Amino acid sequence: MNRNYLLCGVGGQGTVLAAKIIAEAAIARGEEVKTTETIGMAQRGGPVTSFVRTGRDIHSPIIPLGAADAILGFEPGEAVRNLPYLKPGGTVVVNSKAQMPVTAALTGSDYNGKEMIEYLQKCGVRVIIVDGEKLCRECGSEKVLNVILLGAAIRSGAVDITEEEAEKALLSRLPEKLHELNRKALKLGMRGTI
Amino acid sequence: MSKRLIMGNEAIAFGAMKAGVRLVAGYPGTPSSEVLETIAKNNDGSIHVEWSANEKAAMEVAGAAAYAGARVLVTMKQMGLNVAADPLMCLNYVGVKGGMVVLTADDPGPISSQTEQDTRHFAQFAKMMAFDPSSPAEAYEMVQDAFEYSEKYGEPVFMRPTTRICHGYQTVEIDGEINTKEAEGFEKDPKWVIFPKLSYNNHIELEKKLIGMQKDLDGYRFNRVTGSGTKGIICSGVGYEYVKEILGDREDIKIFKVATANPFPEGLAQEFLEGVEEVLAVEELDPVLEKAITYTAGKHQIPVKVYGKLTGTVANAGELSTDLVKESLCQFLGETLSPSIPAAGEANVGNICDTPLSPLRGQLPRRGSQVSELQPPELPERPPVLCPGCPHRGAFYAVKLAMKGKKTRYCGDIGCYTLGNAAPLDMVDTCLCMGAGLTMAQGFAHVEEDVYSFGFIGDSTFFASGLHGVANAVYNNANITIVILDNSTTAMTGHQPHPGTGRTMMKEFTAAIDPEMVLKGLGVKTVVTADPLDLKASVETVKRVAEEDGVKAIIFKSPCIAITKPAPKKVINEETCIQCRTCIRELGCPAIVLREGKVVIEEALCFGCGLCEAVCPVGAIGKPGGEDHE
Repeated sequence: MNRNYLLCGVGGQGTVLAAKIIAEAAIARGEEVKTTETIGMAQRGGPVTSFVRTGRDIHSPIIPLGAADAILGFEPGEAVRNLPYLKPGGTVVVNSKAQMPVTAALTGSDYNGKEMIEYLQKCGVRVIIVDGEKLCRECGSEKVLNVILLGAAIRSGAVDITEEEAEKALLSRLPEKLHELNRKALKLGMRGTI
Repeated sequence: MSKRLIMGNEAIAFGAMKAGVRLVAGYPGTPSSEVLETIAKNNDGSIHVEWSANEKAAMEVAGAAAYAGARVLVTMKQMGLNVAADPLMCLNYVGVKGGMVVLTADDPGPISSQTEQDTRHFAQFAKMMAFDPSSPAEAYEMVQDAFEYSEKYGEPVFMRPTTRICHGYQTVEIDGEINTKEAEGFEKDPKWVIFPKLSYNNHIELEKKLIGMQKDLDGYRFNRVTGSGTKGIICSGVGYEYVKEILGDREDIKIFKVATANPFPEGLAQEFLEGVEEVLAVEELDPVLEKAITYTAGKHQIPVKVYGKLTGTVANAGELSTDLVKESLCQFLGETLSPSIPAAGEANVGNICDTPLSPLRGQLPRRGSQVSELQPPELPERPPVLCPGCPHRGAFYAVKLAMKGKKTRYCGDIGCYTLGNAAPLDMVDTCLCMGAGLTMAQGFAHVEEDVYSFGFIGDSTFFASGLHGVANAVYNNANITIVILDNSTTAMTGHQPHPGTGRTMMKEFTAAIDPEMVLKGLGVKTVVTADPLDLKASVETVKRVAEEDGVKAIIFKSPCIAITKPAPKKVINEETCIQCRTCIRELGCPAIVLREGKVVIEEALCFGCGLCEAVCPVGAIGKPGGEDHE
C-alpha cells in the first residue's frame, strides 16, 4: 500500500534525517521509495519540507495536496502551513514548541505556537502533540527532536514502520557514539506521547 | 547489484564513474554540488576530482583532458554556465576526443538561484545535445549514454537535470563500478587551435552532425511515445512524472516523453502528432518543447492546436507540481481528474482543479486545507536569515554602525551574506551575480562622488570572480572599500573547500592563498584584517579605513559556525534586562526571541558569539551565572 509522509519544520531541526529513516525502513521491506526536500537557501532558518512516498509505482517525488497520510510537524506553525497536504482522516504529529522567526521578534509578535496547536485540534484531524522541548531535555540533547517525533509517530501508527525497523535504519546511519542517545530518544518518543 | 535510496545527483555521479570518467571539475552551486562531492567520496584514486576556482576554469581544465581522450565531467548550476560560456561556445566548434559531459543543474522556482534560466536554450545556442532526465534512476542510465553520444559525435554534450531530479531520492539499482579509462593521450594537430577558417569548416560539420544527432535521437531509448487518441501531451523531466502521477496507465491520451530537448527528435514528434488534434506541453522553465512541437507541426503542415505556457494553460514561472499540472490537464482534457494512486485518490476525488498556487512557494494554497473549512490563524513569515552566531552579522553591523549618518552604497554578492539584506541589518543595496559586488561599487563611486561605496564579497566568491574586480578598481582608481567576508569555506552550497582553505576536494593539503596577499599584490595599499565578532574594534577599523582615498580593503575573518565549535551560550539576566529590545532590533539574531513578552535567548540556538552582549545598553547579557559583564 502506498504511503505519503510529510515532514516539516525549520532549517536545522533534523527533518531530513527523520525522512531518511522512514525511507530506509520501507526499502528494507522491499518497497519502492521516492523522497525530496527543500535544501539550499531555505536551510538558513527558513521553512523546510521533506516528502517521503513509499509503496510502488510512485511518480512524483512531491506529495499531491490532500494526499499525505501523516504530517510530522517539528514546529507548530509549519505543521499548519503544510496542512493542505494532509488527507482527510490523516494524522498530524506535532512538536508543541514554537520557533519564533526573526521577523516575528522584530514586530513584537507573541507567536508561541499555541494558537497553531489549537487550530489543529479544531480541524477534525487526529493530532498527536509531543512536548519536544521536555523530552529533548530528558535525553540531554536538543539534537534528537527528530528521533523523538519519529518515535511518537510510530507509536501512534501515523507512520507505518515498527520500532525495530526504525531503530535499525537509524543506527545504520549514525556513528556508534551516537547510538545510545538515539536509542533513548526513540524510546522516549514511543512512550512520551501526551 | 543493490537497490539503494540515492539522490539524483549521486545517481549521476555513480553513472559517470561506471562510464569511466577520468576527470571531474566543477564549481559548487545548488542544486548541482553533490555530483562532484559523491565522486570525490567514492573515488578509488583513479579519478582526478577538483573544485575549480570557477566554472570557466573547470570547463577549460576538463576540455583539455577531453582533447587528450579522457572522459570528463564538468559540474555547475545554471548561473555558473554563464561564467563557463566563453570556453563552451568554442569547445563546441573545436570538438573533443574523449566524452565530455557538461552537467548543468537548472533550478525551477527558483529555489536557490537568481533566475529561472533554462539550459535547454543554451543547448540550442551552443548546438549541443542536451539530456533531460525525469528521475534519479533514469539519470543514472542517461549520463552513461551521454558519454557514448559525446564520443560518437566528438562533441561536448549537456546533462540538464532540474532540482527535483538532483535533490530527489529514489531506490535505484547501483553496482558501484568504477571503470576509469586512462586518456589515450593528446595528439598535436592544428584542429585544436581555433581560427576563423577552422571555425567556418567546423560550423559546416557541426550543422551536419546536428542532423545526424536528431535522427539518432528519434530512436533514443528514453524518448518515447505511448497511448493513443486525439489529445496528446508532450512532456519532459519531472513534468513527465507529474503527468504520469495524474494519468496513471490511461491509454486514451497520447504521451510524448522527450528526454533530449536538443536536438529535438523531430521524426518521433511527427509520429506523435499523427492523429492528434490538440497538444498540451508540460515542462518546467521555458516553453522549449512547446515551441519545438509547434515548429514541427508547422514545418510538416500538421493541423494541431498547441497549448502550454504560451497560451496560459501551464504556469510560465515557478516550479510545477502534481497539483499545478492537474489544473492544466483538467483544463486541457475538460475532465475532473482523480489521481491514479489509491492512497492519494481518496482525498482528491472532487474539485482540486481550482487549487491555484503551488504551496511549495511557502504559501498556503488559496483553497485552504481539505481537512477543514476553518481558516487557519495567521502564519508567521519565515524568510531565510543569517544563522545565530554567523560572523557576517558582526561584519555588516560594524559597517552599519561605522557609517551611520553617511551616504552609503552597499553592493552585495552571491552567498550566505546576501541574507545581510534582511531586516534589521538591511545592508545589501544591490546583488546581481558572482563577483558583481566589487565592480558595481565602482560604478556608484564614479558617478556619485559624495558616497561611501562598499563592495562586499565572500572568500570563495572572491577567488571565483572577485580578482578582476580588484584589478579593475586599482587600475581605474575607484574610490571604494572592499569588504571580504572570510568565513574560510563556501558556506551557502554546503561548505566546500576553495583556494583560500589550504585543502583540495580530495582532502590533500595545498597552498592556502591569502586574500590579504592577493589584495596587496593587486595594488591595494590599505588592507586591514579584523575580527567581526569584536564589534568595537571592527567599527573603529571601518571608520578609519573608509575615510581613505582610492581602493582600500577590510578582511573580516572568522569561521562559519558550521565548521567551528560554539562558544559558551549567552543568557539574559532577567533582573538587569530593561526589556528595551535593542538586541532584537539591532541584530535580528534568530536565537533572541520573545517569550510571554520578554526577551530571552533560546539556549538551543545560541552559538555564544557575544554580539548581543556588545550591543546591550545595560550589560544584561553574559554567561550563565551572571559573573561577567566586564
